[in-house]
Amino acid sequence: MEAAAAAAAGTGCGPGSPLLLSDGEQQCYSELFARCAGTASGGPGSGPPEAARAAPGAATAAAGPVADLFRASQLPAETLHQITELCGAKRVGYFGPTQFYVALKLIAAAQSGLPVRIESIKCELPLPRFMISKTEGEIRFGNSAELHGTKVQIPYVISEKNTFKRMDDEDKQQETQSPTMSPLASPPSSPPHYQRVPLSHGYSKLRSSTEQMHPAPYEARQPLVQPEGSSSGSQGAKPPRHQASLIRSFSVEREPQDNNSNYPEEPWRITEEQREYYVNQFRSLQPDPGSFISGSVAKNFFTKSKLSIPELSYIWELSDADCDGALTLPEFCAAFHLIVARKNGYPLPDTLPPTLQPEYLQAAFPKTKWECTLFDSYSDSMPANQQPHDLNWMEKLSINDMTDFPVPTQDMTGNDKQALKSTTDEALPKDMSENPATPKESNSLKARPRSRSYSSTSIEEAMKRGEDPPTPPPRPQKTHSRASSLDLNKVFQPSVPATKSGLLPPPPALPPRPCPSQSEQGFEAELHPQLSRAPSQAAESSPTKKDIPYSQPPSKPIRRKLRPENQAAENQEPSATAGGPASAATVKPHPTVQKQSSKQKKAIQTAIRKNKEANAVLARLNSELQQQLKEVHQERIALENQLEQLRPVTVL
Amino acid sequence: MVHTSLDVVDEKISAMGKALVDQRELYLGLLYPTEDYKVYGYVTNSKVKFVMVVDSSNPALRDNEIRSMFRKLHNSYTDVMCNPFYNPGDRIQSRAFDSMVTSMMIQVC
Repeated sequence: MEAAAAAAAGTGCGPGSPLLLSDGEQQCYSELFARCAGTASGGPGSGPPEAARAAPGAATAAAGPVADLFRASQLPAETLHQITELCGAKRVGYFGPTQFYVALKLIAAAQSGLPVRIESIKCELPLPRFMISKTEGEIRFGNSAELHGTKVQIPYVISEKNTFKRMDDEDKQQETQSPTMSPLASPPSSPPHYQRVPLSHGYSKLRSSTEQMHPAPYEARQPLVQPEGSSSGSQGAKPPRHQASLIRSFSVEREPQDNNSNYPEEPWRITEEQREYYVNQFRSLQPDPGSFISGSVAKNFFTKSKLSIPELSYIWELSDADCDGALTLPEFCAAFHLIVARKNGYPLPDTLPPTLQPEYLQAAFPKTKWECTLFDSYSDSMPANQQPHDLNWMEKLSINDMTDFPVPTQDMTGNDKQALKSTTDEALPKDMSENPATPKESNSLKARPRSRSYSSTSIEEAMKRGEDPPTPPPRPQKTHSRASSLDLNKVFQPSVPATKSGLLPPPPALPPRPCPSQSEQGFEAELHPQLSRAPSQAAESSPTKKDIPYSQPPSKPIRRKLRPENQAAENQEPSATAGGPASAATVKPHPTVQKQSSKQKKAIQTAIRKNKEANAVLARLNSELQQQLKEVHQERIALENQLEQLRPVTVL
Repeated sequence: MVHTSLDVVDEKISAMGKALVDQRELYLGLLYPTEDYKVYGYVTNSKVKFVMVVDSSNPALRDNEIRSMFRKLHNSYTDVMCNPFYNPGDRIQSRAFDSMVTSMMIQVC
């Protein structure tokens, strides 16, 4: 068999067409091949025959490392299967150099978006990209070589599946074991882990941002990408590290310094502030957080975000996991988050990212629901608890590949988890999160501040840019809010005819102020700074400022686009109502406002709620009045027509 | 040809005066001499009609297979309907629906 295989390797023609590799490609491929083959050849005698044959250089890459490498390319499983079939490995049963190179070329093609065909390899292609990792030195072969050995003779596809499955099982086993157990010492389960980990380490290329969507499911399979970058070499020395590495498969995205390649993952993770905001919005639509929002209500709400209907339809499809036509709180948050992300320019994923899955979000909800108010205090003091929760959760998801999700792991009882959710109904997340909680804590603590700040800043910046974050910047005075309802009516009538063609939150009209016109004017001036506004803008036109935050939260997804529209609206309104002096008037209150704003924060927040309600009422009123306006217009047109018709008669 | 089959479906529906309990109508009647294809019709309770056209190249698909395909189609369609943003009458753009349909078609071939 060896001889035959060697002969086949020698001839090695997979698809039958000559493989033209550029110098760079040649170098890269041979290096990768050497790694794949090298790892196999390092195994003990019971290893694959190919490994023994590796000496002469016509080596073959064992299925295991090759499988890992392919998975590191973040291509979907079907594509990888296709590639392996095309390159001929399936046929000959192993990966010879030719097959391997062809496969790499096909991977490059697939990553560039070309169809996986034999012809693709003839093109000039960039090098295929694989996730970065390190520590090849830590490879333990022990049973892993066996693993590979038994599999190599089998057609590649099956072996790949076996390795996946076996590794998943071992992952699970690994998880059930105490984290403090040294992976080095532990029997069969750990070496394959190790095997996987360093192997994926060995292939280092940058992941393109276009693959951001694929990575999500693939990271689930990868033991990890890059735990804290540099120190992965010491993996062997730190047993918890290994576990941490597994966890890190998703936590990596939170570590900015890794390779920036995980940043694209960030948008799919909901920060606490965002979650609170979503929950508040949910409550505004549906008082009972435990129940769900009906389709039509959600539709109206999300339509305000001004995304196109097909996109909204797609987002709905992604988020309504049970297809019941209604959104529960986690589904709603997922949908909202997708909308926000989309508004900020992130492309929509093909499948719901794991961090947005209802089960994942559900786990966090009891906490937010019950401890909403407490959480603010927690958020500072115990970011740790949240983060490991997320990390552990993600790790669980990754390890179990989301199919074995309800793996009951009662081993670790994490103190921090219990502290937070002692009576949570979700036993599952608790168990899972508790698992690596304690040992990981040290590691995750390191990651946490970074990741949290990173994720929070990245998303929040994005959100702040677009619209104010869930906690609207505390602003100006209460006076506005209180008087708002009265002023609104006064203001509303004159302002409606002027504009607002369907603009949702009528901030212009909402000028809570002593002078409605003044506020409008101020608002208009406000619009420009609004974009870059930080909480520091208490100084600016205070009266309007209050409204801006109010109107913003309810229409958070709309915000960006709405503002230019508002500007247009505003431009028309002031012309209809206030004059120049109004702007001067707004300047005066500024200094005084500055002094007062700091005192009135709390009052403002309560006032915010009132204004939100007023907003809703006004929105309805607005739409009704708009309809009236249209009717009136039509009547006017009809009358004018009649006039025209009559005129010639009178003239004559 | 699809339109003619729709006409036949309408005939059948009007023929069923009683409540539309009988969901399945598989009629192989439209088999033209030149075009060897079969048309299967399926009507839901909401009078939404599914028409499936198959080539007679395979040994004719069994009745049960057709029925199961229609059932899956119906289920996917209701999932699509759940989306409040979907206006009945629009082209269905749901990816899940499309993938289900293509997988079904592939499996038949």
